[in-house]
Amino acid sequence: MTNTTPDALGHFGPYGGRFVPEALISALDELDAAYQVAKVDPEFQTRFQNLQSTYTGRPSPLTDATRFSAHAGGARILLKREDLNHTGSHKINNVLGQALLTQRMGKTRVIAETGAGQHGVATATAAALLGLECVVYMGEEDTRRQALNVARMKLLGAEVIPVTTGSKTLKDAINEAMRDWVTNVDNTHYLLGTVAGPHPFPVMVRDFHRCIGLEARQQVLDLTGQLPTAVAACVGGGSNAIGIFHPFLDDEDVQLHGYEAGGDGVETGRHAATITGGAPGVLHGARSYLLQDDEGQTIESHSISAGLDYPGVGPEHSYLNDIGRAHYHPITDAQAMQAFAWLCRTEGIIPAIESSHALAGACLLGQELGPDAVILINLSGRGDKDVDTAAAWFGLNGDGQS
Amino acid sequence: MSSLRSSFEAARARNSALLVGYLPAGFPSVDGCIAAAVAMVESGVDVIEIGLPYSDPVMDGPVIQEAVEHALQAGVRIADVFATVAVVAKTGAPTLVMTYWNPVERYGVERFAQDLAAAGGAGVITPDLTPEESGAWTAAAQAAGLETVFLVAPSSPVERIDKVAEVTTGFIYAASTMGVTGARASVGVRAHELVDRIRARSTSPVAVGLGVSAPDQAREVAAYADGVIVGSAFIRLLIDAETEADGTRAVAELAGELAIATHQPR
Ligand SMILES: Cc1ncc(COP(=O)(O)O)c(C=O)c1O
Repeated sequence: MTNTTPDALGHFGPYGGRFVPEALISALDELDAAYQVAKVDPEFQTRFQNLQSTYTGRPSPLTDATRFSAHAGGARILLKREDLNHTGSHKINNVLGQALLTQRMGKTRVIAETGAGQHGVATATAAALLGLECVVYMGEEDTRRQALNVARMKLLGAEVIPVTTGSKTLKDAINEAMRDWVTNVDNTHYLLGTVAGPHPFPVMVRDFHRCIGLEARQQVLDLTGQLPTAVAACVGGGSNAIGIFHPFLDDEDVQLHGYEAGGDGVETGRHAATITGGAPGVLHGARSYLLQDDEGQTIESHSISAGLDYPGVGPEHSYLNDIGRAHYHPITDAQAMQAFAWLCRTEGIIPAIESSHALAGACLLGQELGPDAVILINLSGRGDKDVDTAAAWFGLNGDGQS
Repeated sequence: MSSLRSSFEAARARNSALLVGYLPAGFPSVDGCIAAAVAMVESGVDVIEIGLPYSDPVMDGPVIQEAVEHALQAGVRIADVFATVAVVAKTGAPTLVMTYWNPVERYGVERFAQDLAAAGGAGVITPDLTPEESGAWTAAAQAAGLETVFLVAPSSPVERIDKVAEVTTGFIYAASTMGVTGARASVGVRAHELVDRIRARSTSPVAVGLGVSAPDQAREVAAYADGVIVGSAFIRLLIDAETEADGTRAVAELAGELAIATHQPR
């Protein structure tokens, strides 16, 4: 059995833990305590599940992508449709859980970081739903790449603060959110959007996303009568991946593959493939793989996908990598965009560029495994937000040619 | 007894506090930092903290962020930090390094401790290292004869203060407010309350930092704490100065005023 219950201090093997200013320890302890109580409180669970079914639209369906399959060596491709969730990605699962916890802790304000804007939109949505004040930190570079989501957050009543320090992307948005949190922790919850950060975030965010894998595992069994050959997901911080992987950890015959953003190619140095191209260290409150130089300075990541453009990764993934239970591979911008186009044209689904990394990975995997294989892909989000980026990539903005 | 602990003992015997000054290595340049730090000591600063510039300073406000970003862009390395410590320590003032944890881990915990000790460093302040994660560091520091300094915050309950006190050998760094580094109009009452809470649990010296920038604030804090820590106010002067020499002069002047305020017998 793969033991992924972290110890009391939040360690997955050597990874995880807490590396934060002492000022935040009380808030983390308070959060952990509130979460432990909520986890076994039927009232909380009922409320959470009710929101998932009546608001998010869970369970999300499983789509048999029969035409896309030709690009994956003929392997059967099953898409877990997190793109159909309210707000357009898996991010809402975790956000609703943490927003309910925020209320239970008596806090009135939430802050969040966002890269692609999907987590920011989900947080702004939950804040509107529950009447919480909401501030979202977003790298200035990302506010340009994902302008549609900036407008969505504002429509939902959130304040969006562009972050102009460092690389002006997700990493720096997290730094700013942590500074805000230290200052306003009395009334503010930091609604972290992935399975990174100090304990209890990695385990708590994972648990809120486990519904993806629990549903998908049963859906695959119902449809095919057996477990999938492999499960594929993109990995930024790693929340959609751990959500779909986790219920399969003890199914030892089911391969688990995480696809990181390879940017221009890992060998160029311009990428966000943290596990493939990084080394263990400490960033944003936990020990995990990260992109760093020989003196421990964080190296800026590069990816066409704002949601994967992060030099860190959740500690549980580092652990699953080291013990060999899950495998992590880089997918370049070009590979991801090719798979993006294929899904649009074969299935009539415009995927998020983040999710397109999982699609591209599954194509390579399918060619390796052959037509008898069944590959379950977490289609973590939809691509409306990426239309500008894709139009520019495919040169659709001028003469209408592709 | 180490030079750091004996400095605090001597201040207690005089019934006054120590002035602790912070500058990041490499700002405004490696030599400019050294000149300003030496000038601080000559103007009455008792203990120097040299910051190790780091790419993701989550505990720092805009002033220190700007200085550190500048230093990193200029290519400052850990060797420059040790070189800075080596010169400043020759003044006789106990000289510590303040660093986020990842650079130490990457450099090698024991190697870092040994190289800093060899440069004449007195200890290390570790703002994002929790006592729970500090095992390797406290062992390496002890082996190298370095002092450990951990932080507590106004939000810290007594159990946390006990945990921090257990692993601290130098002094306890009491964060005056909930927030990041940077000058503030006033030092909160929470700082005084926090120092009282620490005193009830530990005999370690307690220094107050975060937000102290002006002599009247230093006087107020020196009335109840063993040390007064000033950082952003010095760096602001270096940022605003037209030349490094002007900056050093301004820093020396402020250091002198702060030293008089801090050293007043209670
Ligand atoms: C659709 C989508 N998928 C994946 C991610 C990456 O996050 P994670 O690795 O935590 O799932 C994002 C982040 O913004 C996203 O919007």
